[in-house]
Amino acid sequence: MTDKFISIEGIARRYPGADGKETTVFEGLWLAMNRGEFGCVIGHSGCGKTTVLNILAGLDEPSEGAVIVDGQAIEGTSLDRAVIFQSHALLPWRTVLGNVAYAVTSKWRDWDRARVKAHAQKFIDLVGLTGSEHKRPSELSGGMKQRVGIARALSITPKIMLMDEPFSALDALTRGTLQDEVRRICLETGQTAFMITHDVDEAIYLADKIFLMTNGPGAVLAEIVENPLPKDRGRIDLHRHPLYYALRNHIVDFLVSRSKTFAATVTDHDPRNVPVVRPGLGEPTVVPPPKAVDTGPAQTIAC
Amino acid sequence: MNASLRFRAAVVSIALFAAFLGIWHLATRPTAAATNMSPEYAKLMGLTATQGKSAMPGPADVGAKLWEHLKQPFYDNGPNDKGLGIQLGYSIARVGLGYLLAVLVAIPLGFLIGMSPLISKALDPFIQVLKPISPLAWMPLALYTIKDSSISAIFVIFICSVWPMLLNTAFGVASVRKEWINVARTLEVGTVRRAFTVILPAAAPTILTGMRISIGIAWLVIVAAEMLVGGTGIGYFVWNEWNNLSITNVIIAILMIGIVGMLLDQILARFTRMVTFPE
Repeated sequence: MTDKFISIEGIARRYPGADGKETTVFEGLWLAMNRGEFGCVIGHSGCGKTTVLNILAGLDEPSEGAVIVDGQAIEGTSLDRAVIFQSHALLPWRTVLGNVAYAVTSKWRDWDRARVKAHAQKFIDLVGLTGSEHKRPSELSGGMKQRVGIARALSITPKIMLMDEPFSALDALTRGTLQDEVRRICLETGQTAFMITHDVDEAIYLADKIFLMTNGPGAVLAEIVENPLPKDRGRIDLHRHPLYYALRNHIVDFLVSRSKTFAATVTDHDPRNVPVVRPGLGEPTVVPPPKAVDTGPAQTIAC
Repeated sequence: MNASLRFRAAVVSIALFAAFLGIWHLATRPTAAATNMSPEYAKLMGLTATQGKSAMPGPADVGAKLWEHLKQPFYDNGPNDKGLGIQLGYSIARVGLGYLLAVLVAIPLGFLIGMSPLISKALDPFIQVLKPISPLAWMPLALYTIKDSSISAIFVIFICSVWPMLLNTAFGVASVRKEWINVARTLEVGTVRRAFTVILPAAAPTILTGMRISIGIAWLVIVAAEMLVGGTGIGYFVWNEWNNLSITNVIIAILMIGIVGMLLDQILARFTRMVTFPE
């Protein structure tokens, strides 16, 4: 992997504790993503997922390590990295168009009004909000608000889109449609995306790579699961694919038990060389014992 | 339902007002005139003694006098006899000037306090000590240093209206939602643009609430301040009419102070509504 578009290199986050000792939220996090890939981080609450995303966004700083994007160490926030916030974070005193236009004018300061408006409109149309341009966020449903958040993030044509559980506050139906939209947009535009989620099915549907994090404090990246499902997967027949349950069970199994026991059982974990797992056909589809997983050469998984 | 509630409330309001006028009228009815009083003494005593007229004016007297004032609000017959409109105008001008100065100081300073924890902590003891001081306590010091009673009154208005605005601005700015700030940060919006496009609109309702409290306090204080400095203004008018023993004019002035205060509050309330955003 020479063409690493995003490279997180050994970042850690520590807080000074009450008794003078430091609390480590996560440490030794190394991960890389290629251009156009969709990465998803899954882990339990408290493993520092959001902090990882905030560090990538430049809103937070790691206690150790660095993040390199497109050959450059990141320093602070950047218009190259757009964030879709969990709580949509729309400015309530601006209309839909105003919110998107705010991002557009932030990126292209010398554009005139007409050009900004046309550009913003293009992205409002893209997320299917044509006709609601002049509504205020308070007049929109939760799903529509998050669509505006997506339009705002996309409108600045970022190199990376960062999403912090963007759909967790939505009802299941709306979440499904928005996942479809995000997948369609990412495939069409070749957008590199990094997402944090609790939802295993969301990760399976959207991600090319799924990063599994153990429980905090002292969380580490346990393994990288490569999604074996075809690129043209659809939401409707996703669960009929022969590899779906192998993948899903592997992740659920990790979240249920191995995320807790990982630190105690795996002693030779090398954070710089995290095992890459690609759940394959040959394994049983019901509760696969992790040993049966088709693993990479450098991999050892204990249960 | 809503309209009918309004209508019923209006009916109750009018009934209460009518009852108030009725009681007032009954309470100030003339009593039996004093008999067997020497005519010269009666002349000195006036209508109260000769016809048993109440010393307290009734609603009809006040109404008649009010009509007189309203017909001619801007007459000027010398320093002690000016129309109500002129007196109110002086007071409103003083309040306006002092208030404007307070806005110019309090809002930028409040922004600074709200955005910088260091400034906030450093200025806190001063604000805590200065805030509870009655604005009129500043009057002698103002008169001594400024040597102009009219400007001193403006200074007193300034000092009393600066605190609510300052504290509300600082609070509003400090409590702007983190996520909105983060939006501006991820969009690489500069500090000045962030202050005007995110913090100001987000804090505007809180700031305007502070401004509304301030205008109320300023209008309360101007009456007392003008009683002290004298010369012109509605506060001076009240005290002058008290010295003239014209209770009718005092009552009219009280009514006018209330109405102008209400109007000032309504204006600020309208501005507050304009900047308030639903979430």
